[in-house]
Amino acid sequence: MESQNIKKKSVRKAGLLSLIPGLGQMYNGQQLKGFAFLAVTIAFLIELVTIGIPAFQDFVTLGTVPIRDHSLFLLVKGTLQIIITFVFLMVLILNVSDARQVAKQYNTLGYVNRSARSMLKNIWENGFPYLLTIPAYFVMLFVIVFPVLVTLLMAFTNYDFYHIPPAKLIDWVGLQNFVNMFFLSAYRSTFVSVLGWTIIWTLLATTGQITLGILTAVITNQKFIIGKKFFRIIFLLPWAIPAFVTIMSFSNMFNDSIGAINQQVLGLLNYIPFVHVSDIPWKTDPFWTKTALIMIQTWLGFPYIFVMVTGVLQSIPDDLYEAANIDGANAIQKFTKITLPMILFATAPVFITQYTFNFNNFSIIYLFNSGGPGDVGGGAGSTDILISWIYKLTTGTSPQYALASAVTIVISIIVIGVSLLTFKKTHAFSNEEMM
Amino acid sequence: MRGILSSTKFNRFFSRFLTYLFLIVLSIIIIYPLLITVQSAFNASDLTAFTLDLHMHWTLANFQQLFTQTLYLTWFKNTMIIAVSTMIIQVIIVTLAGYTYSRYRFKGRKNGLIFFLVIQMVPTMAALTAYFVLGLIINGLDQYWFLTMVYVGGGIPMNTWLMKGYFDTIPRDLDESARIDGAGHLRILWQINLPLAMPMIAVQALWAFMGPFGDYLLSAFLLRSPENMTVAVGLQQFIADPTNQRVAMFAAGSFLISIPIVILFFLLQRNFQSGLTAGGTKG
Repeated sequence: MESQNIKKKSVRKAGLLSLIPGLGQMYNGQQLKGFAFLAVTIAFLIELVTIGIPAFQDFVTLGTVPIRDHSLFLLVKGTLQIIITFVFLMVLILNVSDARQVAKQYNTLGYVNRSARSMLKNIWENGFPYLLTIPAYFVMLFVIVFPVLVTLLMAFTNYDFYHIPPAKLIDWVGLQNFVNMFFLSAYRSTFVSVLGWTIIWTLLATTGQITLGILTAVITNQKFIIGKKFFRIIFLLPWAIPAFVTIMSFSNMFNDSIGAINQQVLGLLNYIPFVHVSDIPWKTDPFWTKTALIMIQTWLGFPYIFVMVTGVLQSIPDDLYEAANIDGANAIQKFTKITLPMILFATAPVFITQYTFNFNNFSIIYLFNSGGPGDVGGGAGSTDILISWIYKLTTGTSPQYALASAVTIVISIIVIGVSLLTFKKTHAFSNEEMM
Repeated sequence: MRGILSSTKFNRFFSRFLTYLFLIVLSIIIIYPLLITVQSAFNASDLTAFTLDLHMHWTLANFQQLFTQTLYLTWFKNTMIIAVSTMIIQVIIVTLAGYTYSRYRFKGRKNGLIFFLVIQMVPTMAALTAYFVLGLIINGLDQYWFLTMVYVGGGIPMNTWLMKGYFDTIPRDLDESARIDGAGHLRILWQINLPLAMPMIAVQALWAFMGPFGDYLLSAFLLRSPENMTVAVGLQQFIADPTNQRVAMFAAGSFLISIPIVILFFLLQRNFQSGLTAGGTKG
């Protein structure tokens, strides 16, 4: 009855009017909010004309006069301007949808919030989730999104040790870096060789730590073991101690001539009858360095899997095993038909993050043997993975920033692509109520 | 009949023997490298490499040298400042975001979750050049706050997922009844959910705290002057130069930095299982 007495607001009209931000809100009778939107818009327009448009122009040219124009800063300012413009476009969308929603609300309820007080209350009640996540997005915008954007853009420039601003200008070179990486013989062979080892490394090291983690968890979980707590503490030590400490210690232990592995451990093996082991060139032969790296990562990484899998094992109901016993299943059948599927089902997503972690596991590669021994061209050693190659490209005596950025892009595409595919395959998120 | 019995008995004995053999061998493999590092920290002889030395002279001279002749204490203090601030900021941000994504249904929630998932896979530390330029522009190079923010940002996406997963396991009935009793947003968060999430918050705090201790790449790249270095970068110098290896001092420094972390780790490790399995398995 009552709603017929009020003049209906047109939702369409409110939406269309707010193409000039604020007008839609004023049409709805929310002057204050309207002015706020209008003020933001005017502020943005002023910013765009005074700073934004020159920034976009410089972004396209990346400067014309060396010394006066610092190409790198122009690139960054252009990127910032892109982000600002993007944020403003989001505000614009918010503004239109807000005008339409308030118009709808007016039509059904017959009133709108006019006072500042009721508006703030509304924000607190309905905007609470946004208020709580703003800090996360704010930090990520500056620390992740912005650097990733700059890197993405840098991959299309010629920023290297020949072109260090402000003395020299940087230019856009299109896909040149990617063409070099994939087709230019010198870089291509480095890239292929580093990528090949990165993949082998990721697969072997991660599978090693997952296998040892599961094995240890299953064995330690047996009921009869005395001193379970004691073994648990020992097995957690590699995780508890900062990784750089253990990696550097191992680096010393694996020294070819004086290291403890050659001097003491292998020496001990020689006491076993008919066994003779001579010193192994851990640090000077690529094959042995790689072997050592995989062993050390298995040592470092298994406790994490061990803890997770132990948790899963304790949650498997005993009835399952009792039923299997009645059916006459042996230990191996119980493991492959009950235990393993349960573990894999519950922890697959974490295993995937372990693979991506090792794909980018810089510390162990760099701190163990600085990516050496030897040289596979392009400044990379024979055990360098992509991420440590990037580090060398960026920090070396003749830095190749643009190429490093291009490699970063390739890494990101590989990692994101493979993880998304496997996440989808393992249905890791099918039980997550997304909506 | 008797033959079968004794053969199962033998089998049981054999499998127990193998079990203990595995546990003991693995324990030795873990303890040996740690033991010789710790021992080297107290070894009086001039070491060039870690070895297990049963007849060594115990001494504290290495620690004394470490405190008087190097910047170790400064590095330790730097690392502590960075680690503690990373921990506080990251835990607050991640707890709030994880709670929101677990408890509220709002526009953009699904896209937000996917954004967190994808952005977590981007190797942000590979954007070294971008961090360098950003630091140059906002005057953040060689500054703790800049490095801290980089650590915090890198930790947000993954840990928000884990935090959300943990909040998902806390029943919502309590929230509902509190809401009926007139409790507001903050009250429900502060008085009901936060206390229940304490185990996970403790785990998150520990990991956020341990992150800066373990990182070499970013701190080596962003902190340039010797008096601003972290322990990882500082200690690496002791063994980086092959002609001037200060192995015993490295061992002493490693020992000191590991002690507080190992203690914290074992104090909080009870919480790991619940935190990991709840957060990890549900994604």
